[in-house]
Order: sequence, then C-alpha cells, then structure tokens
Amino acid sequence: MAWQRILFACFFWTPLVRAEQLNLQPPATVMAVQEFNLHTLLLAVTGVIFFAVLFVMLYAIVRHRKSAGHTARQFHENTAVEILWTLIPFLILVVIAFPATQTVLAQKRSQGEDMTIKVTGYQWKWRYDYLDQGVGFMSHLSTPRDAPDAQARPNYLLEVDEPLVVPTGKKIRLLLTANDVIHSWWVPALGVKQDAIPGFYRDTWFSVDRPGTYRGQCSELCGKDHGFMPIVVEARAPEDFERWLAARKKAAASAVDDPNKVWTLAALISRGEVVYRQNCVACHQANGQGIPGSFPALDGSNIVTKNKAAHIEIVMNGSKRNAAMPAWSKQLSDTEIAAVITYERNSWSNHTGEWVEPKQIKALRAGP
Amino acid sequence: MATEEGLLEHLPHHGPPQGLARWLAATNHKDIGSMYLWFALTMFFIGGILALCIRAELFRPGLQFFQPELFNQLTTSHGLIMVFGAIMPAFTGLANWMLPLMIGAPDMAFARMNNWSFWLLPPSAALLLLSFAVPGGAAAAGWTLYAPLSTQMGMGMDMTIFAIHLLGISSVMGAINIIVTVLNLRAPGMSLMNMPMFAWTSLVTAFLIIAVMPVLAGAVTMVLTDRHFGTHFFNAAGGGDPILYQHIFWFFGHPEVYIMALPAFGIISQVIPTFSRKPLFGYTSMVYATASIGILSFMVWAHHMFATGLPATVQLFFMYATMLIAVPTGVKVFNWIATMWQGAMTFEAPMLFAIGFILLFTIGGLSGVTLSVAALDIQLHGSYYVVAHFHYVLVAGALFSLFSAIYYWFPKMTGKMVSEPLSKLHFWWSMFWFNVTFFPMHFLGLAGMPRRIPDYALQFTTFNSIATIGAFCFGLGQLIFLYNIIFSLRHGKPAPEHPWEGANTLEWQIPTPAPYHSFVEAPTLEVIENGVIVGMHGGKHG
Repeated sequence: MAWQRILFACFFWTPLVRAEQLNLQPPATVMAVQEFNLHTLLLAVTGVIFFAVLFVMLYAIVRHRKSAGHTARQFHENTAVEILWTLIPFLILVVIAFPATQTVLAQKRSQGEDMTIKVTGYQWKWRYDYLDQGVGFMSHLSTPRDAPDAQARPNYLLEVDEPLVVPTGKKIRLLLTANDVIHSWWVPALGVKQDAIPGFYRDTWFSVDRPGTYRGQCSELCGKDHGFMPIVVEARAPEDFERWLAARKKAAASAVDDPNKVWTLAALISRGEVVYRQNCVACHQANGQGIPGSFPALDGSNIVTKNKAAHIEIVMNGSKRNAAMPAWSKQLSDTEIAAVITYERNSWSNHTGEWVEPKQIKALRAGP
Repeated sequence: MATEEGLLEHLPHHGPPQGLARWLAATNHKDIGSMYLWFALTMFFIGGILALCIRAELFRPGLQFFQPELFNQLTTSHGLIMVFGAIMPAFTGLANWMLPLMIGAPDMAFARMNNWSFWLLPPSAALLLLSFAVPGGAAAAGWTLYAPLSTQMGMGMDMTIFAIHLLGISSVMGAINIIVTVLNLRAPGMSLMNMPMFAWTSLVTAFLIIAVMPVLAGAVTMVLTDRHFGTHFFNAAGGGDPILYQHIFWFFGHPEVYIMALPAFGIISQVIPTFSRKPLFGYTSMVYATASIGILSFMVWAHHMFATGLPATVQLFFMYATMLIAVPTGVKVFNWIATMWQGAMTFEAPMLFAIGFILLFTIGGLSGVTLSVAALDIQLHGSYYVVAHFHYVLVAGALFSLFSAIYYWFPKMTGKMVSEPLSKLHFWWSMFWFNVTFFPMHFLGLAGMPRRIPDYALQFTTFNSIATIGAFCFGLGQLIFLYNIIFSLRHGKPAPEHPWEGANTLEWQIPTPAPYHSFVEAPTLEVIENGVIVGMHGGKHG
C-alpha cells in the first residue's frame, strides 16, 4: 500500500493535475483504492487494444490504398483468425473479471460495522441520523447561491451547513432511503455511491483511515435542485469524534423547542423566515412567487391569505394534487411548522396579522 | 402551363402525384424514405440547438442563461428528440429508401401502413416541442423519465408520454414493414444468407423494436396511471416499487441502444467493402455476431442500475453478461479492419466517415467495457464519464454512420453528386470538434462531476469550457452538411451510373437516379455474400 500512496501523492499534488484532475479522485478508503486500481487496469487493457486497432488500421490505410498502387486481394474469410479474435478478447475479459468480482463482493460486505448511520435523501438536502448515538440533523447546501461573489469560495457548491462527521478507522455502515424521489449518495474519494430509494433501505459501507474532509454530490437526477445538494463527510480521529458528538448532543438538546412556549408574532415570523429559507425557498422562491406552472405562488394565494385550516393541512400533510409538496410534519417540529405558516401569512403582500401557535400544531399532530 | 403539360407527357406511366398529395398520401417507399430523412434532419438540428443551450449554460460555473428547472427540460428534450426524433427515424428512412433496392423488392410490403408510420412522427414531435409552452414546461425527469420523479411533473410529462406512445406505434409499424419486406419480398436468388449486411442489421433491429417498444409504452403508461388514476406501481407508500420502473425501462432501454447501433453496423459493412474494393471479411460471422448482439442485448439491462443496490449475485450476472457483449462487437470491428487489409482503398467522404466511425466507436465500446465492471461503475455511474461514453457510441457511432450512408447513397437517391471538398471538410471538422467536445467529459466524470447538473464546482471549469467551445464548433460544422446537401440537390454535378468503383450490390444495378418505381417486375439474381450481384436477368422499372 505504501508505494501506492507515494504514487498518488506524486501524481495528485502536482499543481497542474490538481487543478485539472484527469483521473479518479485520490482514494481515501480501501474500497476506493480497489476501484482506482480496477480503473488503472481497465485503462491499460483498453488502451492497448485501442492502439493496436489504430495501428493495424493506419498501416492498412497507408500501405493498402489505391493511390499507393495497391491492388485488392479478394480473400473474405479465415477460420483460424476468426476463432482467435473471438477467443482472445474472451480470455482478456475473464482476466478482468477476477479482480472485478472480488471488488464487487467486498463492496457488498457491509456486515461487522462499528456504527450505523441512516441517510435520507430529500428534495434537495440530506438528513443524517446516527442510529446508535441518537443524534440526527439535516445537511443543506451552504453556498449562498444568489451572492455575486459565491464563486470566489473555494468549495463553491460543495459545502454544507452540517457535514456528516465520522470517526476514522471505524467501519461505518450507511442505511440509505429517501423521502420523495430517488437520490444517490456519492462521495468519490470514499469510493461509495448508493441510490437512496423512497420506501426502501439499501446499505453500503466505508472506513476512512485519514482524518479529512471529503466532498461529493447527489448523482441521481432528483428534480430542480439536483445539482445543489452536496455531501460533505468529515472524518475525525475517534477522540475528536466523541468530543463532537457530545457537543452536538448538547446543542441538539438546547435547540429543542418547547411546543408550549408562547411566542410574539415578530419572533415567530423571524423564526419562520429561517425555516422558509432552508425548506421552502427552492420551489416557492424568496419572493413567494413560486414558478408558474410548477410551483404555486404563496404571495396572494387564497390558501395563504384566507383559509388557515387548509394552509396548516397542506403544510403538514402535503398536497394531494402535486407530489412535489411533501408532508412537512415528518420533517419539521411543531414550532417550525407554526413559524413557517406564520411567516407565510405575514410576508410579501400577505398581511393577515394571523399567527399559528406551536401548540395548535402539536394538538393536530396528536389527532382529534 | 403548356410547358408543364409537355413535361407531364414525358413522365413515366406511374409518375408521382403532384403537389401536397404526393407527400400526404405517399405510399412510395422513396418518397416516404425521403420524408423520414428530412424529418430526422430537422429534429437533429432542433435537438442540436437544445444541446448548445445546455453547453452554453455549462460554459462557466454559475447560472447564466437558464434556471435549473428549464435546464432539466433541455437535457430531457435533447435526449428524447435525438433518440426518438433524429436517429431512429433516420435509420427507418434509410431502410425505407434502400432495402427494396438492395433486395429487389418493388416497394415496402405495406405501403399504406408505411404512410401512417411516418405521419405519426410530426404530431409526436409537435407534442414534445409544444410541451415547452405549457404551464410547468416540458418533461424534466431526464430522457429515462425515472419514476417517482416523473410522477411529480406538470402536464408537459403527459404530453411526453403521449408522444412516446405515438413514436412507439410508428416504430413498431415501421419494424413490421421491414421484417415482412425482407422476409417475403426478396427477388429470386437473393437468399437470406447472401443478402446485404444492411438488410440483416435492419431485420434484427426490427425484431428488437417489436420486442421492446411495447415495453416502453407499458412503462410510461404505468407512470401515467400513477400520475392521474391513483395506481401505485412506482409509489412505495402505496406498496409500489420505484426500482420496478428502472427494470422495465432498461429492459427496453438496453436493446434500444442496439436499435441505434445495429443499422450503423450494417451501413459500415456496405461502405467499407465498396471503398476497399474487397468483399466483406467474415460475412457469416458478421450475421451471427449481429444476431447474438440482438439476443445478448436483452440480458444486460441491469448494468444501468449497478448503483441501485442490487444483490451481489445480480451485479455479477449482469457484469459478466455485459462484458460478454464486447466479444461479438469486437468481432465486427476486427472484420471491418480485415476487410480494409490488403484492399485498394480510396477515401471518399463515405469511407472517411466509416473509418471515423470505427475508430470512435471503438473508444465508446472500450469505455463501455470499463463501465461494465460493476465495482468500478460505482464510481462512474451517473457521472460525465457516462455522458462521454454514450456520445461516442451515438454521435460518433450512429450519427457518423448516417453521414456515411447519406454521402454514399446520395447519387443513387438524387442523381446528383455531393461536393467532395465540402463533404471532406465536413468530416474533418466533425471529427476534430467531436473529440474536443466529448473526450474531456471522460475526465470530468472521473474527477467526480455528476451528469444533469446546471452548475458545477470550480475544479470542473476548464474541461467544461473546452467542451462548450467544441460543441459550438461541432454544431456549426453541421451547417456545412446542410448546405452541401441542399446545394448539391439543386446544382450538384449529375451522378454517373456507377459513382463508386467498388459498389456491387443490387441498388447500383438500376438507373441513376433510382426510378420512381423500381423492380416492378422482380429480376432473377445471382448473388454472393453481402448482396454482391454477379448476374441479373430481367427486372423492369416503371
């Protein structure tokens, strides 16, 4: 392994190649190293075949042309040659199949894990739940998309507000599913890509040796903002990870909203604005105008300005007519739902002055 | 109008009807073939404009021209229009034009059905294009229309589904026509194991179309009922399975790849022998390779789904089956090179495009072998590597073979020669800029750029900019083709009876340009492999 590392280092730290990567990303896991080596093998084999074909063809083009005075020889079959060029490619494929099979089996060996994390794809963000540790959070794109200098950020479109933090040296098993449509969780350096399928669980695994930050993206078209739901994995030494975990739990505990808290209208609206920006803005837009034909406008909408019960109903349980509007009661807390409804009823040209209290949502959730 | 009447007197007994009726009520295989080809050319340019919109957006990071939802509509429509509007109709058009001439048939077997097959195309193209104008825009779920994403879209998706139904009916009727014509209307002496490779590949392709287009129709109908009639085929919340859609779609989708590749193999197998002045090497093994590719193409579909988390045994089965398909494909490439070997080659435009085809299709085939390795596909699936791969197969493969075919048969179809310098310019220009456009996409995919995204991280900028420049130049170069065709139709030099010295199949034994009604009486033929005519008796043209 050591020589491979050195080889990668030589190759990837060259400034030019770093800027314009010509190959798979530097692998950070055993699995990614195997995939990298498979690609190198395939590139070598297919390269040799291509140049052999090219050479024979060019030779014929140069020597067997009419303008060079060559006359055609009228042969049209040769059984021995034909058997040979059927058999040799077959044998080459058998040789490739051995390491390929081993890697497939290794990729599927997800048992014996040290830790299980549930990954859920949403339009258009990821949720990570540490099943054994009882911690879970959403991970959104954190590049400000409308900021004029966004492209000055070195990790433009590849940064999130809350990365997936994992300990190094541990076998991490991911359980993947999705909430709405199919997404795909891809982090090239970890050698992992697995579709997240609504209603089903699929698993995959990785184990990172070196601490570091690894970036990837959703790789299955999942609608409008498919290009804007990156994945960031931060591998930390186990003791660092424990420290992060303790801090994260504490932060989660203090952030839990008491649904019985009584809010002022202004406070609820500003809380709702945060929720709106994280969850609603992709479709309904910052100006509440939506996208005509696809996503309805909230500004001046009948439901948002008049029918409060229908407004709460559609936010909590989703739209019957438009599958793109999910049931938010599964994703947001009582306070968040109340806040975002209040925000929508008091923004843009909507001035209802009405608000919804978290305990109303709590009561609705509990059922009549 | 005296002059026109004078002209009419000189027309053969069964001359074409005049005016619009000739086209609306067309039953002549040449007229219908021409309409197919013009339709395909139009769709090729429309699809090309969509592609240039995509590349323009991807020239620099950031969103410059199109919002993400419109971008997704562009990629979806580009794919659908190129596959169903350009490439498939172009091959059907060529088969219409050339098959009866190559096997000595008076026309296609079902002339009226032929008319209907064609006239279903313009309305379905209109549905696809008009869907941009309806609320919510065109379908934006990718050309694969994966559920459950495709159950979310607006009415543009319904129009797309209906368009696919129409296109499917059209393709199936065209395929029935090809099968019956090839099996029943061959002139005496033209045996199956001697007929031209183009007839063979069209025949196998037609069987593939009949087998899989109804499967696609089923898949999109299930999406339609999920959308509007409360079924839950692909909705997990109602007991359905989103992955079921992918299995059904790719059971159609993979044979579809060969529906677009096999006729290309047929064209190349006619052009290479002609310009090498040598018989096709290994004709019999070519026929078997074609048939085995057709059969194997039904057993490899799940290699499009390696990232969905199939069990290890399933991954291994589909990996081995996919690798296996490289063997008959390799046999074809070797046979073409063996045909060139020891020939007396000349390099007119059809031959240049055929050689370009072999080289670039080999690259696409080899990157296909790389993708077939399931363990490695985990890195490459859904990335720009795949985009590079299938454009090598479909642009440098299917499209280049079509250019080769048009340049090859243009004198026979029209009685005019194309401009040789312009054709050669078209080839070298396309060859160069094609590679500038699509080769860097391999690097983008390896480095981790997903496909179907309107904006990208900064490390992907250079290669995206190069690809965009390449795409615009490639697109511009196709105007050379358009100009060449239209100019030559009007002012081209008259074609000699035998424009290509080495051409020896049946279509070259009839007058140039091909008479409106050819082989009204079947000739008696002496044929050897690949449709080479060594003797012909009788045969009358109307």
